Amino acid sequence: MSDLIRSTAAELAAKIAAREVSAVEVAQAHLDRIAEVDGSVHAFLHVDAEGALAAARRVDDDVAAGREVGPLAGVPLALKDVFATEGIPTTCGSKMLEGWVPPYDATVTRRLREAGVVILGKTNMDEFAMGSSTENSAYGPTRNPWDLDRIPGGSGGGSSASLAAFEAPLAIGTDTGGSIRQPGAVTGTVGVKPTYGGVSRYGLVAFSSSLDQGGPCARTVLDAALLHEVIGGYDPMDSTSINAPVPPVVAAVREGVTGDLSGVRVGVVTQFSGDGYQPGVLRSFEAAVAQLKQLGAEVVEVSCPSFDYALPAYYLIAPSEASSNLARFDAMRYGARHGDDGTRSAEEVMAITRDRGFGAEVKRRIMIGTYALSSGYYDAYYGSAQKVRTLITRDFEQAFGRVDVLVSPTTPTTAFKIGERADDPMAMYKADLCTIPANLAGTPAMSVPSGLSDEDGLPVGLQIMAPALQEHRMYRVAAAYEAARGTVLASVPELAGAR
Amino acid sequence: MPSISRDEVAHLARLARLAVTEDELDLFAGQLDVILQSVATVGDIATADIPPTSHAVPLTNVFREDVVRPSLGQQQALAGAPAAEDGRFRVPRILGEEA
Repeated sequence: MSDLIRSTAAELAAKIAAREVSAVEVAQAHLDRIAEVDGSVHAFLHVDAEGALAAARRVDDDVAAGREVGPLAGVPLALKDVFATEGIPTTCGSKMLEGWVPPYDATVTRRLREAGVVILGKTNMDEFAMGSSTENSAYGPTRNPWDLDRIPGGSGGGSSASLAAFEAPLAIGTDTGGSIRQPGAVTGTVGVKPTYGGVSRYGLVAFSSSLDQGGPCARTVLDAALLHEVIGGYDPMDSTSINAPVPPVVAAVREGVTGDLSGVRVGVVTQFSGDGYQPGVLRSFEAAVAQLKQLGAEVVEVSCPSFDYALPAYYLIAPSEASSNLARFDAMRYGARHGDDGTRSAEEVMAITRDRGFGAEVKRRIMIGTYALSSGYYDAYYGSAQKVRTLITRDFEQAFGRVDVLVSPTTPTTAFKIGERADDPMAMYKADLCTIPANLAGTPAMSVPSGLSDEDGLPVGLQIMAPALQEHRMYRVAAAYEAARGTVLASVPELAGAR
Repeated sequence: MPSISRDEVAHLARLARLAVTEDELDLFAGQLDVILQSVATVGDIATADIPPTSHAVPLTNVFREDVVRPSLGQQQALAGAPAAEDGRFRVPRILGEEA
């Protein structure tokens, strides 16, 4: 395997800037890797070789001309197929948007391009980001590079799998209930959900607007921080964008790698253990907590009782917002249109198109949302869920009055088998048990690998949560932990060529 | 709490403009019932004195200067349309025969 594809983003950027290697060579090495293994992994829905090489050439030209380039210039990246990319298809894993080519770039896409980041292509995802396994993609599942019979998490399974398969050193995901962190955990990679409003949603196809948040995925904490600073920050095109500087996450990583966490107060969330948690996951988590103590952190237990109601609140709020957001797929202005035989009305064509264009999970959520918002049920369902949201926010506020960061396992189990939970929506939803509270409260959270489960040898994630706009706290802890524990990806199995 | 019938699912599908098949109705009726019973537990702790939160970040209206900015041209705006005619979106009839 080429050294280039094993390198971190930080290493690649330094070599490209120093002209030790060209951005074109780096891009080509990753395109070759994709050609070699993506037949097995299926992380990508679309590979833009031409565009990637052209972007790489521009970086090489800039470097050759002595122009200053950004900290990630020339580094390849895999972009979740939920961000609009001008001239490159964007499907959201749905037949509804098959063949759709956006006429504009999302702000995240634009910032990546302006930073000289080389976009390799678009990654597979659960349809409209609804799912925890990437099995809900209309284009077939992505496979976990650790075990091709297992799921890579979801909804951003393609992005995380591309990292673990060494197809890209960086990726972008979106996290509405855990769709960055849970795939990160089950693939042995790093995934960060920034503070709500920290990364622009302009051009991000909306699922649940009050929860959706784009963020970085990488193989190391430093790489995630570098990418976070490229994509983060105020955007006037997103009315919920926070007008504040990006938290100093790269500096926090530099501080963290010294390995000293003395004075840092870490809270263990007591709600996230017990029934439903895989013993190997809990053992990995306990070892991680012991490691944090060894690094000097002060560890206390913290109870957040309303977190037990986060899952039901989420599965009312997210579908409610989705039922409204997905009304835009009306078969009139863009996307698919079915059944327009000249006799049917617009409404009939709309209903036929939506039935054929959406997969089962999307339809379920639209109907749950429609139910929860309908008169007579609104107070009992949507209204109550919004109150739970208040209680969860209060629990976080109380907890962060006592500790600097909270920790928990990222997800209750390691990667499950493809097909295992496909017919049982509630079992699938439980993969998001630990990640959802941060979405409901709008607070930042990340997953960093905490080794392999001793019972199945699969990756486990440590979740670190911080107060709003205090991302640097969790990055510091993550960097110290990563420096002490080491990466797990050295032991990811070699992938055979396309099968 | 809920026990959601096949007819109710059909009604929801109509409201959501989803022309679901008979098979889908059978599948979804059972699944929606399980999901809705599970999520109904939010009512256990959502007492009357708790204010609802619609959004994690306090929202204020955002204003900008009323200036002309570049936008998509007609051709770009129509490029993804299922059908277009004379520079406009072509859609199926929206009114019944009698209207």
